[in-house]
Amino acid sequence: MSKLAGYRRPHPGTQPDYDFPPYAGTTKRHPTQPLVIPPQTLSELTGPLFGRNEVKPTDNDLTRQHRGAPIGERIIVTGRVLDEDGKAVPNTLVEIWQANAAGRYPHPTDQHNAPLDPNFSGAGRAFTDAKGRYRFVTIRPGEYPWRNHYNAWRPAHIHFSLFGSAFLTRMVTQMYFPGDPLLELDPMYKCVADENARKRLISSFDLETTIPEQALGYRFDIVLRGRDATPMEQ
Amino acid sequence: MSDDVNLYATGNQTVGPYLHIGLNWLVTPKIAGPRVSGERVTIQGRLLDGDGKGVNDGMIEIWQANSHGKYAHPDDKQKKPLERSFRGFGRIPTDAKGHFRFSTIKPGRVPGPGGTLQAPHLVVSVFMRGLLKHLATRIYFPDDPGNIEDPVLSLVPTARRSTLIARRKAKGLLEWSIRLQGKGETVFFDY
Repeated sequence: MSKLAGYRRPHPGTQPDYDFPPYAGTTKRHPTQPLVIPPQTLSELTGPLFGRNEVKPTDNDLTRQHRGAPIGERIIVTGRVLDEDGKAVPNTLVEIWQANAAGRYPHPTDQHNAPLDPNFSGAGRAFTDAKGRYRFVTIRPGEYPWRNHYNAWRPAHIHFSLFGSAFLTRMVTQMYFPGDPLLELDPMYKCVADENARKRLISSFDLETTIPEQALGYRFDIVLRGRDATPMEQ
Repeated sequence: MSDDVNLYATGNQTVGPYLHIGLNWLVTPKIAGPRVSGERVTIQGRLLDGDGKGVNDGMIEIWQANSHGKYAHPDDKQKKPLERSFRGFGRIPTDAKGHFRFSTIKPGRVPGPGGTLQAPHLVVSVFMRGLLKHLATRIYFPDDPGNIEDPVLSLVPTARRSTLIARRKAKGLLEWSIRLQGKGETVFFDY
Protein backbone atom coordinates (compact mmCIF):
# COMPACT_ATOMS: atom_id res chain seq x y z
CA MET A 1 0.00 0.00 0.00
CA SER A 2 1.06 3.57 -0.50
CA LYS A 3 2.13 5.61 2.48
CA LEU A 4 0.41 8.76 3.65
CA ALA A 5 1.63 11.22 6.26
CA GLY A 6 -0.69 11.54 9.26
CA TYR A 7 -1.77 14.76 10.95
CA ARG A 8 -0.01 16.17 14.00
CA ARG A 9 -1.72 16.18 17.37
CA PRO A 10 -2.89 19.61 18.58
CA HIS A 11 -0.37 21.65 20.55
CA PRO A 12 -1.37 21.67 24.27
CA GLY A 13 -3.72 24.49 25.24
CA THR A 14 -4.52 25.58 21.71
CA GLN A 15 -7.81 23.66 21.39
CA PRO A 16 -10.78 23.84 23.77
CA ASP A 17 -11.77 21.02 26.13
CA TYR A 18 -15.23 19.52 25.66
CA ASP A 19 -16.16 20.07 29.32
CA PHE A 20 -15.94 23.78 30.06
CA PRO A 21 -18.30 24.79 32.92
CA PRO A 22 -18.16 28.58 32.28
CA TYR A 23 -20.06 27.81 29.03
CA ALA A 24 -23.20 26.23 30.49
CA GLY A 25 -24.15 24.63 27.18
CA THR A 26 -21.27 22.16 27.50
CA THR A 27 -22.61 20.56 30.71
CA LYS A 28 -24.97 18.05 29.08
CA ARG A 29 -23.18 17.94 25.75
CA HIS A 30 -19.63 16.79 26.45
CA PRO A 31 -18.52 13.15 26.42
CA THR A 32 -17.86 11.79 29.92
CA GLN A 33 -16.08 8.59 28.83
CA PRO A 34 -12.48 8.81 27.66
CA LEU A 35 -12.11 9.36 23.92
CA VAL A 36 -10.50 6.47 22.03
CA ILE A 37 -7.31 7.34 20.14
CA PRO A 38 -7.24 5.20 16.99
CA PRO A 39 -4.71 5.13 14.16
CA GLN A 40 -5.33 7.66 11.39
CA THR A 41 -6.45 5.60 8.41
CA LEU A 42 -7.28 6.31 4.79
CA SER A 43 -10.81 7.19 5.99
CA GLU A 44 -9.54 10.15 8.02
CA LEU A 45 -6.65 11.17 5.77
CA THR A 46 -9.07 11.81 2.92
CA GLY A 47 -12.13 14.06 2.97
CA PRO A 48 -14.76 15.69 0.80
CA LEU A 49 -13.65 18.06 -1.94
CA PHE A 50 -15.85 20.78 -3.39
CA GLY A 51 -15.79 22.65 -6.67
CA ARG A 52 -15.91 26.38 -7.33
CA ASN A 53 -19.00 25.86 -9.45
CA GLU A 54 -20.89 25.00 -6.26
CA VAL A 55 -20.85 28.61 -5.07
CA LYS A 56 -22.32 31.68 -6.80
CA PRO A 57 -20.28 34.82 -7.42
CA THR A 58 -22.42 36.77 -4.91
CA ASP A 59 -21.94 34.15 -2.21
CA ASN A 60 -18.91 35.97 -0.85
CA ASP A 61 -20.65 39.38 -0.82
CA LEU A 62 -23.25 39.38 1.94
CA THR A 63 -24.23 42.96 1.08
CA ARG A 64 -25.49 41.96 -2.38
CA GLN A 65 -27.73 39.01 -1.66
CA HIS A 66 -30.99 40.99 -1.59
CA ARG A 67 -32.66 43.85 -3.44
CA GLY A 68 -31.41 46.55 -1.10
CA ALA A 69 -28.26 47.17 0.88
CA PRO A 70 -28.20 45.87 4.45
CA ILE A 71 -28.07 48.34 7.33
CA GLY A 72 -24.72 48.57 9.07
CA GLU A 73 -21.07 49.26 8.62
CA ARG A 74 -19.74 47.61 5.46
CA ILE A 75 -16.50 45.66 6.03
CA ILE A 76 -14.07 43.47 4.08
CA VAL A 77 -12.91 40.29 5.79
CA THR A 78 -9.97 38.59 4.16
CA GLY A 79 -7.07 36.35 5.04
CA ARG A 80 -5.14 33.24 4.18
CA VAL A 81 -5.78 29.62 5.00
CA LEU A 82 -2.50 27.89 5.84
CA ASP A 83 -1.37 24.58 7.26
CA GLU A 84 0.92 24.27 10.28
CA ASP A 85 3.97 24.40 8.02
CA GLY A 86 2.87 27.78 6.70
CA LYS A 87 1.87 26.34 3.33
CA ALA A 88 -1.18 27.82 1.61
CA VAL A 89 -4.32 25.66 1.47
CA PRO A 90 -5.69 26.45 -2.02
CA ASN A 91 -9.16 25.77 -3.44
CA THR A 92 -10.79 24.99 -0.13
CA LEU A 93 -14.32 25.90 0.85
CA VAL A 94 -14.83 28.59 3.51
CA GLU A 95 -18.36 29.04 4.92
CA ILE A 96 -19.37 31.91 7.21
CA TRP A 97 -22.47 33.00 9.11
CA GLN A 98 -23.15 35.93 11.41
CA ALA A 99 -25.73 38.20 13.07
CA ASN A 100 -26.91 41.41 11.40
CA ALA A 101 -25.75 44.87 12.48
CA ALA A 102 -28.31 44.89 15.30
CA GLY A 103 -27.09 41.57 16.70
CA ARG A 104 -29.98 39.48 15.40
CA TYR A 105 -29.99 36.22 13.44
CA PRO A 106 -32.84 35.41 11.02
CA HIS A 107 -33.51 32.15 12.87
CA PRO A 108 -36.72 30.97 14.57
CA THR A 109 -34.98 30.33 17.89
CA ASP A 110 -33.37 33.78 18.06
CA GLN A 111 -35.80 35.74 20.24
CA HIS A 112 -33.55 38.75 20.85
CA ASN A 113 -35.57 41.95 20.75
CA ALA A 114 -33.58 43.57 17.95
CA PRO A 115 -34.72 44.20 14.39
CA LEU A 116 -34.26 41.76 11.54
CA ASP A 117 -32.89 43.21 8.32
CA PRO A 118 -34.79 42.08 5.20
CA ASN A 119 -31.64 42.78 3.18
CA PHE A 120 -29.31 40.61 5.22
CA SER A 121 -29.28 36.82 5.59
CA GLY A 122 -25.84 36.56 7.15
CA ALA A 123 -24.50 33.52 5.27
CA GLY A 124 -21.54 33.46 2.88
CA ARG A 125 -19.27 31.07 1.04
CA ALA A 126 -15.97 31.41 -0.77
CA PHE A 127 -13.09 29.34 -2.08
CA THR A 128 -9.47 30.08 -1.33
CA ASP A 129 -7.34 30.96 -4.35
CA ALA A 130 -4.02 29.39 -5.33
CA LYS A 131 -2.29 31.26 -2.49
CA GLY A 132 -4.87 30.25 0.10
CA ARG A 133 -6.56 33.68 0.13
CA TYR A 134 -10.28 34.18 0.70
CA ARG A 135 -12.32 37.38 0.78
CA PHE A 136 -15.79 38.37 1.99
CA VAL A 137 -17.71 41.64 1.85
CA THR A 138 -20.20 41.90 4.70
CA ILE A 139 -21.40 44.21 7.45
CA ARG A 140 -19.99 44.36 10.95
CA PRO A 141 -22.11 42.04 13.12
CA GLY A 142 -23.69 43.40 16.31
CA GLU A 143 -23.14 42.07 19.83
CA TYR A 144 -26.09 40.22 21.32
CA PRO A 145 -27.25 38.95 24.71
CA TRP A 146 -27.37 35.29 25.66
CA ARG A 147 -28.48 33.69 28.87
CA ASN A 148 -25.30 31.90 29.86
CA HIS A 149 -24.83 34.06 32.98
CA TYR A 150 -26.13 37.36 34.33
CA ASN A 151 -25.85 40.18 31.78
CA ALA A 152 -24.03 37.96 29.29
CA TRP A 153 -23.29 39.42 25.84
CA ARG A 154 -21.48 37.76 23.00
CA PRO A 155 -18.69 39.87 21.50
CA ALA A 156 -19.20 40.64 17.80
CA HIS A 157 -18.13 37.59 15.83
CA ILE A 158 -18.34 35.76 12.51
CA HIS A 159 -18.57 31.95 12.42
CA PHE A 160 -16.12 30.23 10.04
CA SER A 161 -16.34 26.64 8.79
CA LEU A 162 -13.50 25.01 6.81
CA PHE A 163 -12.79 21.58 5.37
CA GLY A 164 -9.18 21.53 4.24
CA SER A 165 -8.21 18.38 2.39
CA ALA A 166 -9.04 15.65 4.90
CA PHE A 167 -11.60 14.55 7.48
CA LEU A 168 -8.97 15.50 10.08
CA THR A 169 -8.56 19.10 8.89
CA ARG A 170 -12.26 19.92 9.33
CA MET A 171 -12.68 22.87 11.67
CA VAL A 172 -15.21 25.46 12.82
CA THR A 173 -14.15 28.61 14.59
CA GLN A 174 -15.25 32.17 15.32
CA MET A 175 -13.53 35.38 14.28
CA TYR A 176 -13.61 38.34 16.67
CA PHE A 177 -12.87 42.05 16.26
CA PRO A 178 -9.92 43.93 17.79
CA GLY A 179 -10.49 46.00 20.91
CA ASP A 180 -13.83 44.42 21.84
CA PRO A 181 -14.33 44.88 25.62
CA LEU A 182 -16.63 41.84 25.76
CA LEU A 183 -13.89 39.39 24.80
CA GLU A 184 -12.43 39.00 28.29
CA LEU A 185 -15.93 38.26 29.64
CA ASP A 186 -16.83 35.70 26.98
CA PRO A 187 -16.59 31.98 27.91
CA MET A 188 -16.51 31.01 24.23
CA TYR A 189 -13.43 33.13 23.59
CA LYS A 190 -11.87 32.08 26.90
CA CYS A 191 -12.29 28.36 26.26
CA VAL A 192 -8.98 28.37 24.38
CA ALA A 193 -6.55 28.15 27.32
CA ASP A 194 -3.38 29.33 25.59
CA GLU A 195 -3.37 33.12 25.51
CA ASN A 196 -1.49 33.40 22.26
CA ALA A 197 -3.76 30.87 20.54
CA ARG A 198 -6.78 32.76 21.91
CA LYS A 199 -5.59 36.10 20.54
CA ARG A 200 -5.30 34.53 17.09
CA LEU A 201 -9.11 34.29 17.06
CA ILE A 202 -9.15 38.10 16.85
CA SER A 203 -8.90 39.66 13.41
CA SER A 204 -6.67 42.67 12.85
CA PHE A 205 -7.62 45.97 11.28
CA ASP A 206 -5.85 46.20 7.92
CA LEU A 207 -5.44 49.50 6.13
CA GLU A 208 -4.25 47.75 2.99
CA THR A 209 -7.52 45.84 2.75
CA THR A 210 -9.55 48.94 3.60
CA ILE A 211 -11.18 50.52 0.53
CA PRO A 212 -11.26 54.35 0.57
CA GLU A 213 -14.80 55.76 0.88
CA GLN A 214 -16.14 52.18 0.96
CA ALA A 215 -15.30 49.76 3.74
CA LEU A 216 -12.87 49.01 6.58
CA GLY A 217 -10.74 45.92 6.09
CA TYR A 218 -10.05 43.15 8.59
CA ARG A 219 -7.55 40.35 8.25
CA PHE A 220 -8.10 36.89 9.67
CA ASP A 221 -5.66 34.11 8.89
CA ILE A 222 -6.69 30.54 9.66
CA VAL A 223 -4.33 27.62 10.25
CA LEU A 224 -5.50 24.06 9.63
CA ARG A 225 -3.83 20.95 11.07
CA GLY A 226 -0.51 20.06 9.44
CA ARG A 227 0.98 16.71 8.51
CA ASP A 228 3.78 14.74 10.09
CA ALA A 229 7.05 14.70 8.21
CA THR A 230 7.17 10.91 8.00
CA PRO A 231 4.49 8.96 6.21
CA MET A 232 3.02 5.98 8.00
CA GLU A 233 2.16 2.59 6.63
CA GLN A 234 -1.31 2.48 5.21
CA MET B 1 7.05 20.72 14.18
CA SER B 2 7.13 24.43 13.45
CA ASP B 3 8.29 26.61 16.33
CA ASP B 4 6.21 29.53 15.10
CA VAL B 5 3.33 29.72 17.59
CA ASN B 6 1.30 31.51 14.94
CA LEU B 7 1.33 28.30 12.95
CA TYR B 8 -0.38 26.03 15.42
CA ALA B 9 -3.84 25.13 14.15
CA THR B 10 -6.44 27.80 14.93
CA GLY B 11 -8.61 27.05 17.97
CA ASN B 12 -12.00 25.50 17.29
CA GLN B 13 -15.13 27.25 18.51
CA THR B 14 -18.72 26.06 18.84
CA VAL B 15 -21.08 26.32 15.87
CA GLY B 16 -23.58 27.94 18.27
CA PRO B 17 -27.37 27.70 18.00
CA TYR B 18 -27.70 29.28 14.55
CA LEU B 19 -25.42 26.95 12.61
CA HIS B 20 -28.16 26.13 10.13
CA ILE B 21 -28.05 29.68 8.73
CA GLY B 22 -24.56 29.18 7.41
CA LEU B 23 -24.50 25.46 6.75
CA ASN B 24 -27.88 24.33 5.42
CA TRP B 25 -27.13 25.29 1.80
CA LEU B 26 -25.07 22.09 1.59
CA VAL B 27 -27.54 19.72 3.24
CA THR B 28 -27.16 16.30 1.58
CA PRO B 29 -29.62 13.72 2.92
CA LYS B 30 -29.20 11.61 -0.24
CA ILE B 31 -25.52 10.81 -0.31
CA ALA B 32 -25.81 8.38 -3.23
CA GLY B 33 -27.81 9.27 -6.35
CA PRO B 34 -29.75 6.69 -8.40
CA ARG B 35 -26.81 5.80 -10.67
CA VAL B 36 -24.39 4.97 -7.88
CA SER B 37 -23.67 1.25 -7.42
CA GLY B 38 -24.00 -0.57 -4.12
CA GLU B 39 -26.43 -1.81 -1.51
CA ARG B 40 -28.93 0.93 -0.66
CA VAL B 41 -29.35 1.82 2.97
CA THR B 42 -31.21 4.48 4.94
CA ILE B 43 -29.82 5.37 8.35
CA GLN B 44 -31.90 7.19 10.93
CA GLY B 45 -31.38 8.11 14.54
CA ARG B 46 -31.31 10.85 17.13
CA LEU B 47 -28.70 13.12 18.60
CA LEU B 48 -29.29 13.00 22.38
CA ASP B 49 -27.83 15.13 25.17
CA GLY B 50 -26.96 14.03 28.71
CA ASP B 51 -30.62 14.20 29.76
CA GLY B 52 -31.67 12.03 26.83
CA LYS B 53 -33.26 15.05 25.16
CA GLY B 54 -33.03 15.48 21.41
CA VAL B 55 -30.57 18.16 20.24
CA ASN B 56 -32.36 20.50 17.83
CA ASP B 57 -29.34 22.71 17.11
CA GLY B 58 -27.03 20.06 15.76
CA MET B 59 -25.76 18.53 12.54
CA ILE B 60 -23.79 15.49 11.42
CA GLU B 61 -21.45 15.14 8.48
CA ILE B 62 -20.67 11.81 6.81
CA TRP B 63 -17.60 10.82 4.80
CA GLN B 64 -17.44 7.44 3.11
CA ALA B 65 -15.92 5.31 0.37
CA ASN B 66 -17.93 4.00 -2.58
CA SER B 67 -19.11 0.40 -2.82
CA HIS B 68 -15.71 -0.63 -4.20
CA GLY B 69 -13.95 0.73 -1.12
CA LYS B 70 -12.48 3.77 -2.88
CA TYR B 71 -12.56 7.36 -1.64
CA ALA B 72 -13.18 10.20 -4.11
CA HIS B 73 -9.94 11.87 -3.08
CA PRO B 74 -6.52 12.14 -4.80
CA ASP B 75 -4.71 10.60 -1.82
CA ASP B 76 -6.59 7.33 -2.28
CA LYS B 77 -4.21 5.62 -4.73
CA GLN B 78 -5.93 2.23 -4.72
CA LYS B 79 -6.59 0.69 -8.11
CA LYS B 80 -10.35 0.55 -7.65
CA PRO B 81 -13.06 2.22 -9.72
CA LEU B 82 -14.21 5.75 -8.92
CA GLU B 83 -17.80 6.77 -9.64
CA ARG B 84 -18.08 10.28 -11.01
CA SER B 85 -21.46 10.98 -9.49
CA PHE B 86 -20.46 9.89 -5.98
CA ARG B 87 -18.63 12.30 -3.68
CA GLY B 88 -19.27 10.35 -0.49
CA PHE B 89 -20.16 13.39 1.59
CA GLY B 90 -23.34 14.00 3.55
CA ARG B 91 -24.45 16.86 5.77
CA ILE B 92 -27.61 16.30 7.76
CA PRO B 93 -29.04 18.77 10.29
CA THR B 94 -31.07 17.50 13.25
CA ASP B 95 -34.77 18.42 13.38
CA ALA B 96 -36.71 19.98 16.27
CA LYS B 97 -36.59 16.69 18.21
CA GLY B 98 -33.01 15.79 17.38
CA HIS B 99 -33.81 13.32 14.60
CA PHE B 100 -31.63 12.85 11.54
CA ARG B 101 -32.06 10.58 8.52
CA PHE B 102 -30.06 9.99 5.36
CA SER B 103 -29.77 7.49 2.55
CA THR B 104 -26.60 6.18 0.96
CA ILE B 105 -24.91 2.97 -0.18
CA LYS B 106 -22.94 0.59 2.01
CA PRO B 107 -19.26 1.34 1.36
CA GLY B 108 -16.72 -1.32 0.45
CA ARG B 109 -13.79 -2.22 2.66
CA VAL B 110 -10.81 0.12 2.77
CA PRO B 111 -7.28 -0.61 4.01
CA GLY B 112 -6.31 -0.11 7.64
CA PRO B 113 -2.86 0.12 9.24
CA GLY B 114 -0.31 -2.65 8.80
CA GLY B 115 -1.91 -4.45 5.90
CA THR B 116 -5.25 -4.90 7.66
CA LEU B 117 -8.66 -4.35 6.10
CA GLN B 118 -11.29 -2.19 7.76
CA ALA B 119 -14.89 -3.29 7.94
CA PRO B 120 -17.36 -1.14 5.95
CA HIS B 121 -17.92 2.08 7.88
CA LEU B 122 -18.87 5.73 7.62
CA VAL B 123 -16.87 8.38 9.47
CA VAL B 124 -18.99 10.99 11.20
CA SER B 125 -18.41 14.53 12.48
CA VAL B 126 -20.88 15.81 15.08
CA PHE B 127 -21.57 19.54 15.50
CA MET B 128 -23.92 21.33 17.89
CA ARG B 129 -24.35 24.26 20.21
CA GLY B 130 -22.57 23.46 23.46
CA LEU B 131 -19.81 21.53 21.74
CA LEU B 132 -16.63 23.60 21.61
CA LYS B 133 -15.04 21.34 19.02
CA HIS B 134 -16.78 18.83 16.79
CA LEU B 135 -16.71 15.15 17.76
CA ALA B 136 -15.61 12.28 15.54
CA THR B 137 -17.21 8.85 15.54
CA ARG B 138 -18.00 5.96 13.14
CA ILE B 139 -20.98 3.96 11.95
CA TYR B 140 -20.44 0.25 11.25
CA PHE B 141 -22.96 -2.14 9.69
CA PRO B 142 -24.73 -4.92 11.62
CA ASP B 143 -23.70 -8.55 11.02
CA ASP B 144 -20.83 -7.62 8.74
CA PRO B 145 -18.18 -10.35 8.96
CA GLY B 146 -15.44 -7.69 8.76
CA ASN B 147 -16.45 -6.14 12.09
CA ILE B 148 -14.65 -8.82 14.11
CA GLU B 149 -11.25 -8.03 12.59
CA ASP B 150 -11.69 -4.28 12.17
CA PRO B 151 -8.52 -2.55 13.47
CA VAL B 152 -10.40 0.46 14.88
CA LEU B 153 -13.37 -1.36 16.39
CA SER B 154 -10.97 -3.74 18.13
CA LEU B 155 -9.40 -0.80 20.03
CA VAL B 156 -12.76 0.06 21.57
CA PRO B 157 -13.63 -1.57 24.92
CA THR B 158 -15.86 -4.58 24.11
CA ALA B 159 -18.81 -3.32 26.13
CA ARG B 160 -18.91 -0.06 24.18
CA ARG B 161 -18.49 -1.39 20.62
CA SER B 162 -22.22 -1.70 20.08
CA THR B 163 -22.53 2.11 20.19
CA LEU B 164 -20.73 2.19 16.84
CA ILE B 165 -22.77 -0.51 15.10
CA ALA B 166 -26.12 0.43 13.59
CA ARG B 167 -29.13 -1.81 14.30
CA ARG B 168 -31.33 -3.27 11.59
CA LYS B 169 -34.89 -1.92 11.76
CA ALA B 170 -36.20 -3.24 8.45
CA LYS B 171 -34.85 -4.23 5.07
CA GLY B 172 -32.61 -1.35 3.96
CA LEU B 173 -33.30 0.64 7.12
CA LEU B 174 -30.77 1.00 9.93
CA GLU B 175 -30.95 2.86 13.20
CA TRP B 176 -28.00 4.51 14.87
CA SER B 177 -28.22 7.21 17.54
CA ILE B 178 -25.62 9.42 19.17
CA ARG B 179 -25.69 9.59 22.98
CA LEU B 180 -23.43 12.26 24.42
CA GLN B 181 -23.52 11.05 28.00
CA GLY B 182 -24.87 8.33 30.28
CA LYS B 183 -25.94 4.75 29.53
CA GLY B 184 -24.77 3.76 26.09
CA GLU B 185 -22.62 6.87 25.66
CA THR B 186 -21.37 6.79 22.08
CA VAL B 187 -17.67 6.12 21.53
CA PHE B 188 -15.93 9.22 20.19
CA PHE B 189 -12.46 9.30 18.70
CA ASP B 190 -9.58 11.67 19.26
CA TYR B 191 -7.14 11.74 16.39
